[in-house]
Amino acid sequence: MPKCKYDWPETGERKLIGKRISRIDGPIKASGKAKYTFDVNLPGMLYGKILRSPYAHAKITALDTSAAESTPGVKAVRKIQDVGKEIQWAGDEIVAVAAESEDIARDALDKIKIEFEQLPHLVHEEDLSKAGDHAKAAGTEKSGDPDKAFSDPDVVISEGYYGMAVITHCCLESHGSVAEWTGPDTLKTYFSTQNVSGIPGEVGEALRQAGIDVKNNNIETICQYIGGGFGSKFGADRWGIENARLAKIAGRPVKLLLERDMDLEVAGARPSSYAKIKVAAKKDGTIVAWQSDSWGTGGPAGATMPPIPYVFTGIPNKVTRHTSVSTNTGPARAWRAPTHPQAALLTWAALDDLAAKLNMDPLEFFSKNADLAGERADVYRQELRKAAELIDWKKNWRPRGHQTPSSIKRGLGISLHTWGGRGHNSNCNVNIHPDGSVEVNLGSQDLGTGTRTVINIVAAETLGLPLEAIAVNIGDSKYPNDGASGGSTTVGGVSASTRRGCVDALDQLFAAVAPGLGVPADQLIAAAGKIQAKADSSKSLTWKQACAKLGVKTIQVTGKHPGPCSLGSSGVGGVEMADVSVDTETGIVKINKMVCAQDCGLIIDIKTAESQCYGALIMGISYALFEQKIMDDATGRMLNPNMEFYKLAGIGDIGELVVHMMTGPGYDERGTIGLGEPPVISPGAAISNAVANALGVRVPTLPITPEKVLAALEKGGGA
Amino acid sequence: MKRKRQKPKEAGSRKENLTRRDFLKGASVAVSSGLLITEAHAASPPTGSDAVAGPGPVPITLRVNGKPHKLNLEPRVTLLDALRDHLDLTGAKKVCDRGVCGACTVILDDKPVYACNLLAIQAEGHNIVTIEGLSQDGQLHPVMTAFVEHDAQQCGFCTPGFVVACKAFLDKHPNPTFDEVEEGLGGNLCRCGTYVGVRQAVLEAAKSMKGGKANA
Repeated sequence: MPKCKYDWPETGERKLIGKRISRIDGPIKASGKAKYTFDVNLPGMLYGKILRSPYAHAKITALDTSAAESTPGVKAVRKIQDVGKEIQWAGDEIVAVAAESEDIARDALDKIKIEFEQLPHLVHEEDLSKAGDHAKAAGTEKSGDPDKAFSDPDVVISEGYYGMAVITHCCLESHGSVAEWTGPDTLKTYFSTQNVSGIPGEVGEALRQAGIDVKNNNIETICQYIGGGFGSKFGADRWGIENARLAKIAGRPVKLLLERDMDLEVAGARPSSYAKIKVAAKKDGTIVAWQSDSWGTGGPAGATMPPIPYVFTGIPNKVTRHTSVSTNTGPARAWRAPTHPQAALLTWAALDDLAAKLNMDPLEFFSKNADLAGERADVYRQELRKAAELIDWKKNWRPRGHQTPSSIKRGLGISLHTWGGRGHNSNCNVNIHPDGSVEVNLGSQDLGTGTRTVINIVAAETLGLPLEAIAVNIGDSKYPNDGASGGSTTVGGVSASTRRGCVDALDQLFAAVAPGLGVPADQLIAAAGKIQAKADSSKSLTWKQACAKLGVKTIQVTGKHPGPCSLGSSGVGGVEMADVSVDTETGIVKINKMVCAQDCGLIIDIKTAESQCYGALIMGISYALFEQKIMDDATGRMLNPNMEFYKLAGIGDIGELVVHMMTGPGYDERGTIGLGEPPVISPGAAISNAVANALGVRVPTLPITPEKVLAALEKGGGA
Repeated sequence: MKRKRQKPKEAGSRKENLTRRDFLKGASVAVSSGLLITEAHAASPPTGSDAVAGPGPVPITLRVNGKPHKLNLEPRVTLLDALRDHLDLTGAKKVCDRGVCGACTVILDDKPVYACNLLAIQAEGHNIVTIEGLSQDGQLHPVMTAFVEHDAQQCGFCTPGFVVACKAFLDKHPNPTFDEVEEGLGGNLCRCGTYVGVRQAVLEAAKSMKGGKANA
């Protein structure tokens, strides 16, 4: 097969790709000099704050902002929702204020007179029988003949109840923006966003609808650094639009970043998922049937069914029924790998219970049924083997209910996952200047995944230059349009557009120097800071000498994705295993060790790739054991909108973590595939299964709090 | 609004001070003002514990990274807001804004403190060191170098607080064990999940700061 022009260099030729490279923005971040949206301070800047609904469901009956408007230091007041509006969740925006200081803005909010007519609300969904008309049937799917399969006298059936609660994103940098009108119709916005290229259009559209005449191309959005997004920062949000309007009214820049309580209550939620599940297997462990009745909420819009049965989609007989529950809670947002952590827990917990009923080792059970995963079955088998080796499964696993004299019980658990991760649309502008300097510009953003570093590696590898010879410019909408960073699509997009742009730019440089070197342009290569003849390294120019041949003309090329040659693909597997100890007297679960065996095609930077997996394991430990958006029936409010009671895992909670990236033949050929989502999918299921293995009973729902452990022990028996 | 001047709360070290997790364990601990008063290390407030300031702006001088800064601040302004909004020292981050997550950690007279949980007027008369004061003339502090090398950061928002807490921790524990690192850095939270890198970075920094090998 002829090698395609833009193909990745062969394994042996790679100087930077696939190596262990420190992120290039590490020093500026570690030294505290990186400026995040929250850190932007502009001359004359005001501070914005928002009055929010204290009620989960209510109608505004009176609203008087005059006292706020006359407060000294207040420069703009905007009613977002006025009398007659029906509020659907506590924390919804009602009035925005901009003032000389945060404290003055807060004082002004206190002076606003507002009255509500309270309406009935629903903020809990776990007990479906209490959901009333908030519960809506959301579809049934059936394949094969599940009734017949379950009635076969030779199958073993396991039935259980499983689920996970609504959690929040809890980005450490809250949502928000700084807006500055630099002219009557030109707006500069600093947004904490995963979507630098997309924000100007959204803000422009909203402002025009509000009667403010501003063209999209007169709006600039900047986000050099972002303090976490995880799927919750794609849009400008109403407060982002309102902030631009406050700045317009005040004629001064305004900073409006959400307070922590509101960030947790309204700016992020991962839908819950609960299900009653029945599964069946032949006595030899072959899975034959699946039946699930699931439900969940993601706020007012309810929640769709997670993709269950997960990964083992080839189960021949299955029926799924889903109910969507709308609640008066802050709306859901995409949370890293939307719907997959839920699907993983529901599926692997149910099947792990079935394995226990069959008296089978779950490793053997999942391996035996791996063909149900379809085309990636072999990848899963390899990853199951690798993960089992890393956690020493054979030595450490004991059947459920294995009695040890100690009150501390140890257990192991498994989970498998999948994700797409195909590269998004990307445009990369490559400039090679006559002085030898090189820039690559993309309207992308680095969420902390290492996007800047990946772009730098690909450009340097392609141009045969050291990393520091290239300036990577991202995080500004003035650069070529790039996709939002979500769904693990960024690495595939930016690496491919950068590769194509750099190859084309290099072609132009080759053409410029070929006559002088007396070598045809297609016989030139760029390596080790030189342009040289493929066959004769004595015919060479240093990079600087070569670029000097450009005279006064800068090479400017746009690399695009999608484009010619296949540089990436879609679809990964992944297996994680957990080793836990559970104190049966206190109910506390301790992570001893977790392992992750993860494929993602061709890895550009192994160091930051591993960091994605370590981080995902930790985030997973956090939602498996600690995180829950706790709602109060009586008030309709979130009870823990703060970081002392909305708990994140700390440095002492994580145990030993081992990450193994699947690389080399069979993996690299797939090209780049995204990695942000996949490893965060499995920890909940792996930990739940490990706890069930330790205790001999299932703790049915996440988070697995001490209280739930003790309740499950008291209840005893199966799930 | 009038607030009494109170003694600062210390961040970072779990063993010697009350941290979030200890607080959650100890259900009998009462919180009245939102400030937890720990050991009596901090110097007495200059005007005595019953002095009342404000509510209007009062002149104060903050000594930050070796330099005095004269400011006119309402007594209710926190040290964190004074640093970020009035001195443009934005390395310390505002995250939980109530003394839980450690993203705003600064060093006050050699002790790590949560700057969000301290009023600016309480910090008067103390030596304050922020993340900006740790790298001199563009040279990274050894803790920062170790954070970069071990990729102990992703989005980086918790990182300055972590670096400052690590620096203060290593000043007291130059030969830390793995367990001591987990104990000592228990007052800082990260959402991206960088703790594996942080654990390695602290041990590595301990080595490089001594120019030799660590015990760990």
